[in-house]
Amino acid sequence: MRTYHDLTDPDRSGLAQQIGAQRQRVAERLAGVGRIVAVMSGKGGVGKSYVTAHLARALARAGKPTGVLDADLNGPTIPRLLEVSRAPLTAHSAHVEPMVGLDGVRCISMALLLEDGAPLAFRGPSAESFVWRGAMEATALREFLGDVEWGTLDTLLLDLPPGMQRYVELCDILGTPPAVLTVTIPTPESRDAVRRAMRAAVDRGSALLGVVENMVGGELRGSAADELASEFGTPVIGRVPFHPSANAWDQIADQVSRAPRTAHRAS
Amino acid sequence: MKFLCVDCDSQMSFAERQLPGDGTLAATFKCPKCGRVVAMLTNPMETQLVSSLGVEIGGRTVPEQPLQTIRSAVATGREDAFDDGSREQGAGSRTSWSADALQRLDRVPNFVRGMVKRIYADYAKERGIAEITPAVMDTARSELGLEGM
Repeated sequence: MRTYHDLTDPDRSGLAQQIGAQRQRVAERLAGVGRIVAVMSGKGGVGKSYVTAHLARALARAGKPTGVLDADLNGPTIPRLLEVSRAPLTAHSAHVEPMVGLDGVRCISMALLLEDGAPLAFRGPSAESFVWRGAMEATALREFLGDVEWGTLDTLLLDLPPGMQRYVELCDILGTPPAVLTVTIPTPESRDAVRRAMRAAVDRGSALLGVVENMVGGELRGSAADELASEFGTPVIGRVPFHPSANAWDQIADQVSRAPRTAHRAS
Repeated sequence: MKFLCVDCDSQMSFAERQLPGDGTLAATFKCPKCGRVVAMLTNPMETQLVSSLGVEIGGRTVPEQPLQTIRSAVATGREDAFDDGSREQGAGSRTSWSADALQRLDRVPNFVRGMVKRIYADYAKERGIAEITPAVMDTARSELGLEGM
């Protein structure tokens, strides 16, 4: 009996071609984005979203058009941090317009689409939903990248949730690993979790832009940022106290804006 | 995915796709030599796994709409999450909607309604249909596989 590759007529479903078209759509949409930066830590509660939002605002204030894609689909907080209105998203036949928040930062987030206080729930068979839920979330991320008209941006920041799954999905969707900015708090526990994330990022080929140490100067003790920076040969580009000045964000933004521009995958 | 008629040693051709609305999918394939037809039936989980990738078995019949999977699949979406550009669908469009077609459209959840309306309008425009009626919607649903929306 002949097998798949022995049959030469086209595969009508063309699932591989459909996936290819999705990738093409993402590549075309992001062609005007100068720099794609994933903000990650591997650990929850270190202030990734807070750092992302304030970094985005500082970049925008410096005259660099900036967008934030809230990739934390299940715990999205970026719209509140950027004071984005709950007005409807304008949908066109081929794209959706991002919302605009403080300092002109463009933003897309699942928080803009969900009912107040509602969890992200998908239609589908409830039994064994773990089988398809991950794929559905990856598709949602891909649609945020490919269907939102970001326009010309200097930097698109992606606020990743704790853990590594979304980062891996992002690498697969983009085709090229994004540059990574890591956020930690000073503690050894954070250091250990962030180390795993940074190792994963290096293994996938991401450039490390540096480490931001958040919540310094308080009760938290440790030297996580210095240790991680030394271990991975990357700078500590900012230390953010509990009540930072705008200047603190400006300094971090200056460092990020010096990073090489993203080499987009050939479409 | 390809189907082989073993008796004829011939690749079968995709014939039809049906989404009965219960989460399952039926796709039929026909042998061009002997005419034998087989149906591939997937259970709700299998159907969901494929649709969660944003792809369609049998091929895409209409261009992918922006945020299509999110709008089709999120169960907890805000009613007023989208403004679907009434200007694009209204002024300049030669396709009209019958009153009962609009009533039926009103039963579609608002989160996805604008996108579904645009798909029906594009379907009618491409076929030179002047008025969208429930019958046109039924045909489009069947042809385009919109049962899940």
